[in-house]
Amino acid sequence: MAFLQVDHATKYFPNPSGEGEVCIFRDVTIKIEKGEFVTTIGHSGCGKSTLLNIIAGLETMSEGGVILNGREASGPGLDRMVVFQNFALMPWMTVFENIALAVRSAYPDWNREQVTAHVHKYIALVGLTGAENKRPGGMKQRVGLARAFSIEPKVLLLDEPFAQIDALTRGVIQEELIQMWNTSRNTVFMVTHDVDEAILLSDRIMLMTNGPEARIAEIVDVTVPRPRSRATIIEHPHYYRIRNHIIHFLVRHAKHEPSDEATPAEASVSVAPVEVNFEKESPRAQLTVL
Amino acid sequence: MPSGTQNNPWLISGFLLTVFVLGWHFFTMRPTFDARGMSEEQLQLMEFNGDIVRTSDGGYTWNPEKEKVKGVPGPLAVLEKARTELAEAFEKKGTNDHGIAYLVGYTVSRFAAGFLAASIVAIMLGILLGLNKVLFRAVNPYIQILKPISPLAWMPLLLYTVKDPKWTAVLVVFMAALWPTLATTAFGVNSLRKDYLHVAAILQLSWIKRLFKVILPGAAPTIVNGLRISFGSALVAVVPAEMLLGELGVGYLSWIEWNNLDIAGVIFAILVVGFVGVILDSGFNKLAGLVTYQE
Repeated sequence: MAFLQVDHATKYFPNPSGEGEVCIFRDVTIKIEKGEFVTTIGHSGCGKSTLLNIIAGLETMSEGGVILNGREASGPGLDRMVVFQNFALMPWMTVFENIALAVRSAYPDWNREQVTAHVHKYIALVGLTGAENKRPGGMKQRVGLARAFSIEPKVLLLDEPFAQIDALTRGVIQEELIQMWNTSRNTVFMVTHDVDEAILLSDRIMLMTNGPEARIAEIVDVTVPRPRSRATIIEHPHYYRIRNHIIHFLVRHAKHEPSDEATPAEASVSVAPVEVNFEKESPRAQLTVL
Repeated sequence: MPSGTQNNPWLISGFLLTVFVLGWHFFTMRPTFDARGMSEEQLQLMEFNGDIVRTSDGGYTWNPEKEKVKGVPGPLAVLEKARTELAEAFEKKGTNDHGIAYLVGYTVSRFAAGFLAASIVAIMLGILLGLNKVLFRAVNPYIQILKPISPLAWMPLLLYTVKDPKWTAVLVVFMAALWPTLATTAFGVNSLRKDYLHVAAILQLSWIKRLFKVILPGAAPTIVNGLRISFGSALVAVVPAEMLLGELGVGYLSWIEWNNLDIAGVIFAILVVGFVGVILDSGFNKLAGLVTYQE
């Protein structure tokens, strides 16, 4: 049993055009080992954010279950912290107060000095020392990451955390995220649109087909050794093969015509995702790269 | 026009005030009594009617007591009235004849009691309704019916049930201040970004922390807007409530001066009502500045 496992999850939404229900994704099974960084990529509407919210316990699934560390995880909890797309920091609190609120909740037995020391440690980790008493306004990303890491959750859930940042800042904060993750080695489940970001950060990348009835079609192993940085990762021979593979997949699924692997008949039967690993050089992977 | 005038609103304000006061003065001015061309009998009749009085130098002048209710008094008469009222502001001359400072104090405390009580009740109910959509939809029809009722329409019923004009006046203010805050608080809590509540849920905050650390501060700017509307409607309600109930206060002052046929006193009372509104409003704005935040 994996550390975090989403087991045969299916989600229906009420049909926006009237009666009936739409199946967003069907029979999704995800297995993530402890300390692994797994990313899901897919087009808008494939339900990847819904999947993340289900793991977080903020939404319920129609069928299936989430198992964390051998126990069923239902409802939100401190063991599964989310970094939201817009970071959801309380704008009426200072940087310090935002993080301290989380730390006090995670460690209710700590006294004031322990909380303060812990908060300052994480503020320093994201390079915000000196800005403790400011409002989070322009540094939401860093404060959001510091808050999420500060409660040392079993699983960190990142919901397109860098989508709203300009490209230059994004690179800087991605590297900060790598550094924080290197020291903490949390289990991470991330959802993104950004292929480069996924390759830079992840151990494995799950590719989702388009909704409705989305499913995980392929799992790509990122066969680039760590430590990685933005400058050196592009020189690795596998980088562009992985990147091209993912982009081909996304382009193929951008067209709303039944592709060879996502016909409705096939989707309704549970099909295990294809595993792609460029070190093992599976024949199927070569085929899709060409 | 020099730029100094354009940039200085005080000059324009001062100019407008001068024009208004001068206009007021000239339109309300009456010519002095002219006895020429009148027979001795006519003058005696007018003196008997009380229209004119004999002066110390043997001539005649308009009776100042009767002048008070002839036409609208000019700015000088109002100024004179204001001076006498302010001179005895802190005096209590009888059970119903208290100085202007006391009257302002009564109105402000009556207003504060009703407004604070209404705000607390409205914010608590509003949060409850804002968090529970089903409850909100169940209660909303009643709110829609009760909201447009003038707070003064409740007065006879309140007077009959509480049997005390003092508390009736406070309750009229309460009724006036309740609905806008209730409606906007429910709206503000309901439209609070779901992410904030998600964070509170993940952090497993207790409901007290959830209320005071997340919901209330998050909805505070909207709640303050509701309080501002309530504030205005409560201020409008307190004056007629005092008039109708005969409770001492600035609204009562206006009515009692009308009963005395002292029109200058009525105008003075109107100005005092405006002044009290400004004091309360500036205090409220200070409060509002404390709770707003930038996204």
